[in-house]
Amino acid sequence: MAVEVRIPTILRQYTGGAKTVEGAGDTLAALIDDLESRHPGLRDRLTENGSLRRFVNVYVNDEDVRFLGAEKTTLSDGDSVTVLPAVAGGAR
Amino acid sequence: MLSIRRELVDAIVAHARKDHPDEACGVIAGPEGSDRPERFIPMLNAARSPTFYEFDSMDLLRLYKEMDENDEEPVVVYHSHTATEAYPSRTDVSLANEPGAHYVLVSTRDEDAYEFRSFRIVDGEVTEEEVQVIDGE
Repeated sequence: MAVEVRIPTILRQYTGGAKTVEGAGDTLAALIDDLESRHPGLRDRLTENGSLRRFVNVYVNDEDVRFLGAEKTTLSDGDSVTVLPAVAGGAR
Repeated sequence: MLSIRRELVDAIVAHARKDHPDEACGVIAGPEGSDRPERFIPMLNAARSPTFYEFDSMDLLRLYKEMDENDEEPVVVYHSHTATEAYPSRTDVSLANEPGAHYVLVSTRDEDAYEFRSFRIVDGEVTEEEVQVIDGE
């Protein structure tokens, strides 16, 4: 089962410059493990101790996975996954 | 160096003033690879805070899809500091994820004058750059 994953500019250093890559997995966590096998370094940029990083947004079919089940979100064949780093900061 | 039209500078400053004392944030998109800021896109600060800003996650997705469809990129990413100088904080640096963007900071701490400065933030390193304001057109 294949899932299309859109990679943001800052993480394309791990995908040889590719904007989209294919991956597989029944859950987001499994997909990230699968991506890591071909794009080493990517997992650490997305997760910390197995949980999604606070300032990385991941969407499955345009829904924020924080409202779906985070890294346990289930995936189906043909799903589209988008990764976007948060745009955030501030004087604090 | 950041080259930016006067009206866009005015629009950023007006947004920062309007949201003061909360931080204001947004993007100026431009054609991919052009380094020309053209389309002003004020964003909602989902944090609604005087010391923090964050684009709402759904707004962020819409913004990036829209830029993608238009072959645009975020040429400028701007936000305001409302009580401190217009210089990237440690938080700004650690969360900067657009190495190709000009990070514009505006300070609204002074009611009568504003600071408008631009930086590159790449791999945790901050480099201030000259701002060239283009009049007319």
